[in-house]
Amino acid sequence: MMGLHKKDLNLLLIVMVLALFAPFILNPFPTDSALAQFNAGYPDLMQRFVIFGIFAVGFNILFGLTGYLSFGHAAFLGIGSYSCVWMFKLLSYNVVPGILLSVVMAGIFSVAIGFISLRRSGIYFSILTLAFAQMSFAIAYSVLSNPAFNLTNGETGLQVYASDPQWLQSASAPNAPHLFGLPMRATETLTVGGWDFQFNVGYYMCAIIMILAFYLSIRIFRSPFGLMLRAVKSNQQRMIYTGLNTKPYTLAAFIISGMYAGLAGGLLSAMDPLAGAERMQWTASGEVVLMTILGGAGTLIGPVLGAGFIKYFENIFSKINDNILHQWFSALPDGLEDFLITIVHPFIGKGWHLTLGLMFMMVVIFLPGGLVEGGQRIGAMFKRKPKDTNGGLSAPATPAE
Amino acid sequence: MDALIIQILNGLDKGSAYALIALGLTLIFGTLGVVNFAHGALFMLGSFCAVTISRLFQVSYVVVDETKTDFLGNPLKVKMPYVSDWFGPEVGAWIIDWSVPLSILFAIPIMVLIGVTIERGLIKHFYKRPHADQILVTFGLAIVLQEIVKYFFGANPIPMPAPDAFKGSLDFGALIGMQSSSIIYPYWRLIYFAFAGVLITSVFCFLQFTTFGMVVRAGMADRETVGLLGINIDKRFTIMFGIAAAVAGLAGVMYTPINSPNYHMGMDFLVLSFVVVVVGGMGSLPGAVLAGFLLGILESFASTTWASNMLPGINQIIIYLVAIIVLLTRPRGLMGRKGVMEE
Amino acid sequence: MSNFQFTRRGLIKAAAATGAGLAMPTIISPAFAQTQAGYTNAPTGGTVTFGFNVPQTGAYADEGLDELRAYELAVEHLNGVGDGGMMNTFSSKALKGNGILGKKVQYVTGDTQTNTDAARSSARSLIEKDKAVMITGGSSSGVAIGVQGLCQEAGIIFMAGLTHSNDTTGKDGKANGFRHFFNTEMSGAALGPILEKAYGKDRKAYHLTADYTWGYSQESSMKTYTEALGWETVETVKTPVGAGDFSSYIAPVLNSGADTLILNHYGGDMVNSLTQAVQFGLRDKQVNGKDFTIIVPLYSRLMARGAGEAAKGIFGSTNWHWSLTDEGSKAFVKSFGEKFGYPPSQAAHTCYVQAILYADAAERAGTFNPCGIAEALEDFEFDGMGNGATLYRAGDHQCFKDVLVVKGKENPTSEFDLLEVVEITPRAQVEYALDHPDFAGRDMGKCNPGA
Repeated sequence: MMGLHKKDLNLLLIVMVLALFAPFILNPFPTDSALAQFNAGYPDLMQRFVIFGIFAVGFNILFGLTGYLSFGHAAFLGIGSYSCVWMFKLLSYNVVPGILLSVVMAGIFSVAIGFISLRRSGIYFSILTLAFAQMSFAIAYSVLSNPAFNLTNGETGLQVYASDPQWLQSASAPNAPHLFGLPMRATETLTVGGWDFQFNVGYYMCAIIMILAFYLSIRIFRSPFGLMLRAVKSNQQRMIYTGLNTKPYTLAAFIISGMYAGLAGGLLSAMDPLAGAERMQWTASGEVVLMTILGGAGTLIGPVLGAGFIKYFENIFSKINDNILHQWFSALPDGLEDFLITIVHPFIGKGWHLTLGLMFMMVVIFLPGGLVEGGQRIGAMFKRKPKDTNGGLSAPATPAE
Repeated sequence: MDALIIQILNGLDKGSAYALIALGLTLIFGTLGVVNFAHGALFMLGSFCAVTISRLFQVSYVVVDETKTDFLGNPLKVKMPYVSDWFGPEVGAWIIDWSVPLSILFAIPIMVLIGVTIERGLIKHFYKRPHADQILVTFGLAIVLQEIVKYFFGANPIPMPAPDAFKGSLDFGALIGMQSSSIIYPYWRLIYFAFAGVLITSVFCFLQFTTFGMVVRAGMADRETVGLLGINIDKRFTIMFGIAAAVAGLAGVMYTPINSPNYHMGMDFLVLSFVVVVVGGMGSLPGAVLAGFLLGILESFASTTWASNMLPGINQIIIYLVAIIVLLTRPRGLMGRKGVMEE
Repeated sequence: MSNFQFTRRGLIKAAAATGAGLAMPTIISPAFAQTQAGYTNAPTGGTVTFGFNVPQTGAYADEGLDELRAYELAVEHLNGVGDGGMMNTFSSKALKGNGILGKKVQYVTGDTQTNTDAARSSARSLIEKDKAVMITGGSSSGVAIGVQGLCQEAGIIFMAGLTHSNDTTGKDGKANGFRHFFNTEMSGAALGPILEKAYGKDRKAYHLTADYTWGYSQESSMKTYTEALGWETVETVKTPVGAGDFSSYIAPVLNSGADTLILNHYGGDMVNSLTQAVQFGLRDKQVNGKDFTIIVPLYSRLMARGAGEAAKGIFGSTNWHWSLTDEGSKAFVKSFGEKFGYPPSQAAHTCYVQAILYADAAERAGTFNPCGIAEALEDFEFDGMGNGATLYRAGDHQCFKDVLVVKGKENPTSEFDLLEVVEITPRAQVEYALDHPDFAGRDMGKCNPGA
């Protein structure tokens, strides 16, 4: 069906179910319970899960298939964001032109950057992409924000002002990003018992786009083109000796993944119409690398898992403060309560970076294939007959083979 | 003319820091083949060695001064450092004043120990793993290290003054026969430059003129053959990691009076030092040093008003621009070898 | 290819296991909750939730944590715990120490990471997930402007924390946003006369300016006021944010003929540029027959601490300082100092005041509806909060109050005693018209109560 093998189809179905039922799945705890802190089913975080999922899936097409490690993909994210906000400023708050322009602009920039960077391989390629992205960041942050030629609005971030032309904005349309009149911000809340489930228009738009992007990435992975890219990864020399010019293939992969990043950037702006230069900084590029490796580079679903993992920590752990800890442990005797709080304190709230750093180390040390390998190990435990004890371990280490 | 000399001095000074960090990074890469994203964190740890040691010198007992009051109106508690009691007030004050240079003595063993611990405890297990995994685990380590420092020292910069004797600045102009006070340059920055020179020379001499260094160089060239000769190359490489950590740490210690240390200073240097290493050529020690100074000087010149009037923002992008140009014209950096990190 | 099949099977199982692990609710009854009361996040039950969105990681983490302490203290005082702090000296007596409108105050926290994107995301999470009725905090203007815009769209009141750029209540001012902190225009107006007194009318100034919105704003205000004194601006140079080493920018200063260096930097940049300028021996030099001087327009005690000895004798302005001796400041320093063991920073002060002002406005308005609160805050005159008689101007939601001109203290008696107040510039002197050109392009919109 849809040109997919059964296994791939199942994977796609799982992603679809996870994405479409996320408001339920991410809200396992009743709103008033102490564990509600761990709920992630609110529009902003759900949107980020799928948007960064798209970003990581796209990055994986380059890194997972060809092995080229780009440290500058955040530049395309930023270009996408800026393009989308400019469409809001010039045309209207309808998200369609914005998102289309984001993809196109990111595509144009990735042709240029990719063409130059792909002249080198290995770490030299990484540094070239990093250099381009850092230059884009520096220029967007200061040079392009001068009053005479304000393309980016600098540190404040590009946003829509009432004085902007918005030529196509009709009076009846919502004064916020919308899809043909359906505001992105609109949220319907379903209250069931103690649970509040939030269904957000913007989230569902992103989720559907993410499913399409995921489907496209499966098709690319399984296509002859994908096979060619994997051949580049395993031995580019041999490819060249057989008389094949690999550059068009790697460049195409670079452009596709750049366009994915632009799409993600455009969606970020569509959900929240402000584009800041920080999105282009090297830390943002590093983040998508971490997402992909953490989830499992070269696997289909890994990047999505990695994106979810990092965004979950960023948003949930940073919000746990001592006050909440006291609520959790209040049932315990005083001495024990204070002791536990002292132990947990450095890892939450302002210490969420520490937790994240430790998690990176744990995952890399114990799960070389990323989170996907973790899932496989758990799956292996439930297997009735452990006929291939080694398979669960060795498979993810060479997932793209 | 004077502006030119000043920017060259500035460039050499900036370049010293870049060169020292890049040197350590290259040592680790060249010997162990590991891409160490925690190297900036080692530089930061060095700085905080100095902070810790200066605080240890100032460990005090409290004397209540009834004549003065603190911000709540209670009698003021005056802190008296123990060193003043042990060595007398003058020597005590001298020790506190000279805490940055004195920290060097302590920082060397501490940093070597930290380096060896990291190598044996963590990095050892990653030799056979892909570079991406090495990057991820050392990046995780860098975050953990800087968060630990933040937990104990806070996020704000901590002032670490140079000794009083070096606080002023040298009238460089008068020294070379130009008009007096046309070029003035702080003593401490000149000391930093000299210190970097000594450190870089000693690392090269160590590798060039000692048996240990010879074996390490042989190991860098062909690890397997050296191993087959019955030499325990792993142990030596571990020690090299310790030395690289110490180089980064010392660069950090001496940098504290120039740049008040804060917990994320390592990350600020990380990307830059990678660019320096790659421009120099992966695995090439002289390349790293050369590129460090080169980029330092270019960055200084790009920061002049003359340059930024011509090309706005050039000061922020010059390093990356140079990196792109170098990599496109010289595929393996200035002095890189073939076949390193190209798979 | 068979290897693939295997991998995917494993993947599916992994995913299925994950899915099964997350329990789904068993009973689903289609009862859609209606948004009640006509405004976003109207408090239900006996509690009301504040959202404290402060930098907990990144360069301003220490200021952010000090803000958080102040908020914690404010919540205690609002709920009647502790000694009441500035609530006792506050001229409005609407608050009774029993929460707000009988509802106990709760709070949730978020991390802005000093990054507009992250700040808006965490603000959205405070609104969407934790149902916060107002957002407050922040330690940089970019973040404040970003979050303020978000709150305007979402229909939430934003009580800005430390944000000093003119734009916050100028070009980017919003009807749902309120700022207690002062701005670069006020800094310039307050510093002008003091600089004239200390350094005369004939000076040549060299500006080093952080290359972002706040830097431009600060530079232009300082230029306006120093040039009005008759000073000449020799050169203005933009420095990259987080440059670390400013030597390339400082070295040319001496040969430029300038005799005054104005550092439009804040935070780590200020610490480094000031320390390095002093290291370069600028202050030991004589130019044009005058002692070379350095000015730091925006001072903060936490940052002066980072600069250490370099800060001694350097002029600047600040919103508030713990050594003030009015009743409000004394009460605040006492209750903060007794709880945490050190005096509050200006960031802590402005955040504490903002939380109390919001609570008071809600109490007086009798509602948490943003429009009701905005109405109660607009043109509200109050006293006893440490800055003398203060006005929340209706036209731009900016507080007008006395501004402090401070100087790095020559002989500090403790690690907190770093600044001495040179003058309390009276409010009349720092007031400016609503249509001041530096604040042009303001379009506040209408108060938005949201859903």
